[in-house]
Amino acid sequence: MSTVLASSPTAVAVEPLPAQRSRGYWASVWLRLRRDPVAIGAAVVVLLLIALALFGPWLAPADPYQSSMLKRLKPIGTEGLPLGSDELGRDMLSRLIVGARLSLFIGITPVLCAFVGGTVIGIVAGYAGGLTNTLIMRTIDVFYAFPSVLLAIALSGTLGAGVVNSLISLTIVFIPQIARVAESVTTQVRTRDYVEAARASGASPFTIVRVHVLGNVLGPIFVYATSLIAVSMILASGLSFLGLGVKPPEPEWGLMLNTLRTAIYVQPWVAALPGVMIFITSISFNILSDGLRSAMDNKG
Amino acid sequence: MDTLEDIGGPAQPLLTIKGLVKHFPLKKDPLGRGGGVVRAVDGVDFEVLKGETLGVVGESGCGKSTTARLLMQLIEPTRGEVVFDGREVGSRDLPLKEFRRQVQMVFQDSYASLNPRLTIEDSIAFGPQVHGVPRRDSVARARDLLGRVGLSPQRFAERYPHELSGGQRQRVNIARALALQPRMVILDEAVSALDKSVEAQVINLLLDLKAEFGLTYVFISHDLNVVRYVSDRVMVMYLGQVAEIGPADALYEAPAHPYTRALLSSMPSMDPDNRTEEAALAGDPPNPINPPSGCRFHPRCALAAPVCSRVVPERIATGSQYAVSCLIHEPGSGHPMAQQQQQPLQRQAA
Repeated sequence: MSTVLASSPTAVAVEPLPAQRSRGYWASVWLRLRRDPVAIGAAVVVLLLIALALFGPWLAPADPYQSSMLKRLKPIGTEGLPLGSDELGRDMLSRLIVGARLSLFIGITPVLCAFVGGTVIGIVAGYAGGLTNTLIMRTIDVFYAFPSVLLAIALSGTLGAGVVNSLISLTIVFIPQIARVAESVTTQVRTRDYVEAARASGASPFTIVRVHVLGNVLGPIFVYATSLIAVSMILASGLSFLGLGVKPPEPEWGLMLNTLRTAIYVQPWVAALPGVMIFITSISFNILSDGLRSAMDNKG
Repeated sequence: MDTLEDIGGPAQPLLTIKGLVKHFPLKKDPLGRGGGVVRAVDGVDFEVLKGETLGVVGESGCGKSTTARLLMQLIEPTRGEVVFDGREVGSRDLPLKEFRRQVQMVFQDSYASLNPRLTIEDSIAFGPQVHGVPRRDSVARARDLLGRVGLSPQRFAERYPHELSGGQRQRVNIARALALQPRMVILDEAVSALDKSVEAQVINLLLDLKAEFGLTYVFISHDLNVVRYVSDRVMVMYLGQVAEIGPADALYEAPAHPYTRALLSSMPSMDPDNRTEEAALAGDPPNPINPPSGCRFHPRCALAAPVCSRVVPERIATGSQYAVSCLIHEPGSGHPMAQQQQQPLQRQAA
């Protein structure tokens, strides 16, 4: 048969191919991301923050819990207190560095949990369609209808103060948002011809989702989730601010913002520092997720 | 996976479609009004014989692609049955999964029908793996098939779809359809999106593969020239119904249905002496939500008579393998042209 084919004009499909080995999808996303200096800058900041979170206790110049009645509310640049001191005379620099761990932890963990939960719910709703979709999505809408701050406060208040409870309530706040995105992306992918072709080869829904849907929806959901990390940090800080999250004397940026607010007229720059950290973190995650989005949008 | 045996013998049609209907319900407004149906496919009967190529032609929106998806059981028919080699699809004799091994489909959009995250060989090997072929064997089969569709396995197997041209991707789609060793392949506008030169190559490839694997094709296209070139028989669809079905040469040389005539006269001719004379079709096809009464073609038909808006034409066999749904060919239907010929038009089988 091969001889027949070789002699027929159909056997030749002459078209040049790029010489280099073909890259996978994520490799090409990385290649495009690398050419985006702003996104790379944000990624470097994010990595620095993560390093801070991991090694903070060893990097801090002083004990973040050590208070001193004599050195209360010193301005930035004081001898031995490069970023001043808080209302109990603790070293701000050390507290900001050590606070990175807890702040990032309560910012990222709920998003991670909601990423898993929301993706599962969204894919099930999106792929099943019809009545199942309506039931799931209308239930989700009930949660979605509340402003997220209000919902987080209400849930935290009901569950009681504490880090774990604030993580749980933030996860519940984010699941509907991620599920919405997952559902809409899955609904788009479900009608693509390659999913139809997979159905036509007799594959079960589970196999189709695993092989053909998951790889094509995780990217957009992941990007959306990255952008939620900033929101999550701010909400978590808000919960700490209200006394529903982290308890004093733990160093956490939201809580520090809260306890320093009374000093805003005395030492405004010092009082603003935890806010600056939250701002830097959330904007870095936002820029990074924007860069990821455009790197993944690029077709071909 | 063994080769599939022929059950009913060569005389039994491979696929028999009886009274196939697909109505898509429309959404009602909040007051409960509306809620009609789109009659995408409205009572279609035909057979696909073993080893033939059945061409399906018609304007956009006439139900060609819906019919293809119904055949493939990708959408649930409202009514009607699909019988494959004497066994009803979805029954205990022929479960859906088994049917889907025997019938495969190639879609129009070569890019959308390949998963962008999978390599070519993984895309082709997916089907056999679903049917229990070990991964190693299915990848080997994928590479073998790549060679048979004219793509070198060494160069293409580990590529991603976006690195290939449209023609190459459509070859991959064909290989994917053949990976399950089906008996029948539905080609839904499979070559319509390709350049003319590439289209010719792919059509020749399809014809070669048909001979090599003993396949049966349902070839759906709006390109009348291509359909004539590849088809043994041709079915003309209009607004979800079959207007005319018959051997390709007979149908193209002497179309019986006024719609087929209009469709064929709209075909550009290469011969300046053979210019389009008959009025080509004017206007758009009517709305399938509320199709015309009687014969659905009568508002656009050059030969329409008053009776055409009242009486639904029946399917009249006008020869072996040839059938037409038009009152002109129905003796005693009341159409002025039908009265002149009391006998149904007898034609020679081509």
